[in-house]
Amino acid sequence: MWETLADRLVYGLLGLDAAARTAQSLQFFVHEILKIGFLLVVVTHLMGLVNALLPVERVREAIASGRLRGAEHLAASTFGAVTPFCSCSSIPLFIGFLQGGIPLGVTFSFLITSPLVNEVALAIFLGSFGWKVTIAYAASGIVLGTLLGAILGRFDLERYLESWVREAARRSTAPTSGGGAAVAWPDLLRRVSRDALGITRRVAPYVLAGVAVGAGVHGWVPAGAFDSWLGEGHPLAVPAAVLLAVPMYSGASGVIPITEALVAKGIPLGTALAFMMGVVGLSLPEALMLKKVMRTRLLAIFFASVAACIILVGYGFDLIF
Amino acid sequence: MHIKILGTGCPNCGLLEARTREALARTRIDAEVEKVEELADIVSYGVLGLPALVVDDEVVLSGRVPSSSELGRLLSDGL
Repeated sequence: MWETLADRLVYGLLGLDAAARTAQSLQFFVHEILKIGFLLVVVTHLMGLVNALLPVERVREAIASGRLRGAEHLAASTFGAVTPFCSCSSIPLFIGFLQGGIPLGVTFSFLITSPLVNEVALAIFLGSFGWKVTIAYAASGIVLGTLLGAILGRFDLERYLESWVREAARRSTAPTSGGGAAVAWPDLLRRVSRDALGITRRVAPYVLAGVAVGAGVHGWVPAGAFDSWLGEGHPLAVPAAVLLAVPMYSGASGVIPITEALVAKGIPLGTALAFMMGVVGLSLPEALMLKKVMRTRLLAIFFASVAACIILVGYGFDLIF
Repeated sequence: MHIKILGTGCPNCGLLEARTREALARTRIDAEVEKVEELADIVSYGVLGLPALVVDDEVVLSGRVPSSSELGRLLSDGL
């Protein structure tokens, strides 16, 4: 549908020559923007709705209730995926979970998946790579959070929390509703829609820039250009990609469309996936925030193990696809 | 009325403060607005998301930034 629309606009309305590089790049740009823009609006609305109906306070209650019987890590990780992520909320969330009596390992499961699988990344993934890769991405993010939280929970890591955090966690506070009083449906929908459009507007410049670069790659970079240094069979391509990803946290929404264009030119999907997981999941502002509650040692353990798992996911996908 | 804006200085926290002041000016409610940026103080309110709005030591809102008209209604209800 978007392909035809983009064809009509670029080759029909503007009358550009379909064989020319500039026209092909422009067609790619228009096509991607239409598709990603539409998906962004839809996915942010859906996730906003899920979140309005299932606020994080209720999530904490469900996990802390003990009724999940061993599925706490999976539940925390899945809830992390559907909860919109903001690095400024990670600390209150972290301490709030501990205060609610949720073990550190389960809290980690939430904390790992929450930035990794978020509504903006999912929408752009869906637009750029299609539903198969998007599901693979979301599923690996959730599995990664579940397993890693369970593993980290086996070690006695509480002692590496800052002492004021341990004290705060012991003082359990009365659960707050977070202003979640009953809201009429029309008001709720209006609120969800306003937030969703706000998110779309905020990431729009990054998406536009990313798709523009992607369009350039699409038109001008020859296929197989990266084979010699990032291609299949290069043993260190995946860790190098993850390392490269760490400083790029702020432009995650622009990085995905660029990576899509690079994959089309021959970069293996697993390497690309690991790179994007690194961009989205290993963020410096998040690390700086967490530094206030964790001792350096725990922070290092946390980030190193997330990075290691992302690298494993990358190798895994390179093997499969 | 004593209003506290809980937030660590992210853009959304500033937005909540601006809209709260806007709502106060429009509804002509007389209130003192204070920003709470110290993490230990913030977590003592037990909120799970930021920014959060505390009116007379009660959390009325957390984890989102409403429009200034919704804030106006929220603050008028609290009187």
